Amino acid sequence: MYHTSGFAEAASFFVPGYAAVVSMLGYVARRILGAIPTLAVIVTLAFLMTRLAPGGPFDEEQALPPEIRANLESAYGLDQPMTVQFGRYVGGLLHGDFGPSFKFRDFTVSELIASGLPVSLIIGAAAVALALLLGIPAGIWAALAQDRLADRAVMTLAVVGISVPVFVVAPFLALVFGIYLHWLPVAGWAPGRPSDLVLPVVTLALPVVAYLARLTRGSMLEVLRAPWIRAARARGLPRYRVLLWHALPGALLPVVSYLGPTAAAVLTGSLVVETIFGLPGMGRHLVQGALNRDYTLVMGMVIVYATLMIALNLIADLVYAWLDPRIRQERRR
Amino acid sequence: MSAGGGLWRDALRRLAGNRAALASAAVLALMCTAAAVGPLLLDYRQEQIDWDHMAVAPLAVEGHWFGTDRLGRDLLVRTLHGLRVSMSIALLATLVSLVLGVSWGAVAGYLRGRTDALMMRVVDVLYALPQVFFVIILTVVLGRSPATLLAAISAFGWLTMARIVRGQALALREREFVDAAIVGGAGSARIVARHIVPNLLGPVIVFATLTVPQVILVESFLSFLGIGIQEPLASLGNLIADGAAEMETAPWMLAVPAGCLVLLVFCFNFLGDSLRDALDPRDH
Repeated sequence: MYHTSGFAEAASFFVPGYAAVVSMLGYVARRILGAIPTLAVIVTLAFLMTRLAPGGPFDEEQALPPEIRANLESAYGLDQPMTVQFGRYVGGLLHGDFGPSFKFRDFTVSELIASGLPVSLIIGAAAVALALLLGIPAGIWAALAQDRLADRAVMTLAVVGISVPVFVVAPFLALVFGIYLHWLPVAGWAPGRPSDLVLPVVTLALPVVAYLARLTRGSMLEVLRAPWIRAARARGLPRYRVLLWHALPGALLPVVSYLGPTAAAVLTGSLVVETIFGLPGMGRHLVQGALNRDYTLVMGMVIVYATLMIALNLIADLVYAWLDPRIRQERRR
Repeated sequence: MSAGGGLWRDALRRLAGNRAALASAAVLALMCTAAAVGPLLLDYRQEQIDWDHMAVAPLAVEGHWFGTDRLGRDLLVRTLHGLRVSMSIALLATLVSLVLGVSWGAVAGYLRGRTDALMMRVVDVLYALPQVFFVIILTVVLGRSPATLLAAISAFGWLTMARIVRGQALALREREFVDAAIVGGAGSARIVARHIVPNLLGPVIVFATLTVPQVILVESFLSFLGIGIQEPLASLGNLIADGAAEMETAPWMLAVPAGCLVLLVFCFNFLGDSLRDALDPRDH
C-alpha cells in the first residue's frame, strides 16, 4: 500500500486535476499574449538598427556607378520612405516572407531559413536530450556521494565544462576524435550519416551537461534534507523509490527553470558548432550573412532565432507552471 | 561608516583564508601584468614576421617560447596582445555597464513609483532581446572595430546590474540612515550618490567580477566567428580561430590562446564566486 501511495504522490505531481487545467489555460493565454509585444519590439529594433545606421548594404564593393546603385536600391525597395519599407517588411513577415538576400542573389532569406532550420533544430534537440540524459544522473550521483571522491570528480569536471567555451571545445574534440583517433568525421554533412552529428551534438551538450549536473546536485542535496524524505525513509521504503519518486520530482524544478537559458545557450552555441563542423544550418547562414553584411539575411536569421528563444522560454515556463501551481496563481509579474 | 569598514575588513579576512581564491587573484594579476608590459620586454613585435622560423613548435627555437604561427609571427607576443585587447574590452565594457547600471538602478530604486516602473520597463524590454544576436546586428551595421564591439557589448551589459542595484536600492531607502539624511536636509541626488550607492558596492563588485569573464567570452565568441576583432589585431578569439584552422599541423597555435582564455575565465569566475561568499557568509 505504501508503495502505491508513493507512486500516487508522484503521479499527482505530474498529472494535474481539472481546476489546475483551467488555471493553466489562463496562464498559457496570458503568457502567449505577453510574448507578442516582445516579438514586435525585436522586429522593430532589428529593422531600425539596420536601416538607420550610416552606410548601406551596397557600400562595400567598389563604388557602384550611381545609376546601378539607384537601380539596386529601387529593386530592393530601399528608395521608399522608411515607413513604407517597414510596412512591407512586416507584411512580408506575416506571410513568412523575409525578403531577398542581398548577397546570395539566387536565394530568398525564407529559402535559406527553410534549408537551415531543420539542421539546427536536429542538432539542438539532440544536444538538449543528451545533456538531460547525462547531466541529471551525474548530478544525482554526485549528490548521493556528497563530498566523496565521485562528487568531487563530477563537480570538478562540471566547473571545467562551464569554464571552457564551445569554440574551444569544438576544435579540441575535432582534433582528438577526428584527426588523431580518426573515429569520427571532422566536418561535413551528408543526410543520413549520423556520424557527422556526433561531434557537433556532444560539443553543444557538454556545457549544458556541466551546468545541469551542478544544478541537480544542489537541489537534490536540498530536497534530501526535507522532512518528507526522512518520513519516506522512516516508512521503510526502498532507497531507489525514495530517490526517484519522492526526491527527484522536487529536485527537478530548478532544472526545468533552467531549460529556457539552456535553449539560449544551445542556439548561441550552434553558431560556432555549425561554422566549425561545416553544417548547413541557420547559424552558419547567420555568420555568413554577418561577414557579408547581408542585412536582410542577418535580420531574418536574428528574428527566427529570437522567436525560437522566446517560444522555448515560453514552453519552459509553461512546464514549470504546470509542475508548480504557485507560479500560475501569481497574477502578473 | 565604521560598520562599512568592518564589513570590508571581514570580507577581506575571509577572502585571505581562501587559498584557491588568492591563487586565482594572483594568476589574474600575473596575466594582467604580462599583457600590459610583456610585449615590451619580448624581442618580437606583434606583426613581425620571422622568415626563418615559420610554424615552429614551442621551445623548438630560442626566443619563440610558445612557437610561431604560419606567418612566422611569435605566438607568445600575439597571445599577450590578444590578452591585452580582450582584457581592455572586457574591463571597459564592465566599467560602462557598472556606471550605467548602478546609476539607472539606484535612481529607479530610490525614486520608486511611476519613474521606477518606466525605467525598469525599458530594462525589461531590452532584457527580453536575445543579446548576442543583437550584438551581431550592431557589429554588422556599425562595422567591425574594437570600439563598435565595446559599444555593442556595453549596450546590453548594464541590464542585469541595473536590476540588482534597483532591488538593493529599494531596500536601502527604507533604512534609518536615509531618513536621517532626509531630516538633515539632503536632496535626492545627494542621498543616491552618498548614501545609497556606497552601501550597495558589495553586490556590485561581485557582479562586476562575474561580468568581466562574460564579456571576454562574448568578445572571443564574435572574434572567433570573424565578426569581432579583425586581423592584424589579435584577440584571444581570433587567435583561437587561427589555431583551429591550423590544428592538424600546428596544434600549439590552438592550445596556447585557448589555454590562456580558459585560465582567464576560470580565474575570474572563481574569484567572483569567492568574493560573493566572502561578502555574504550567510549561505555557508
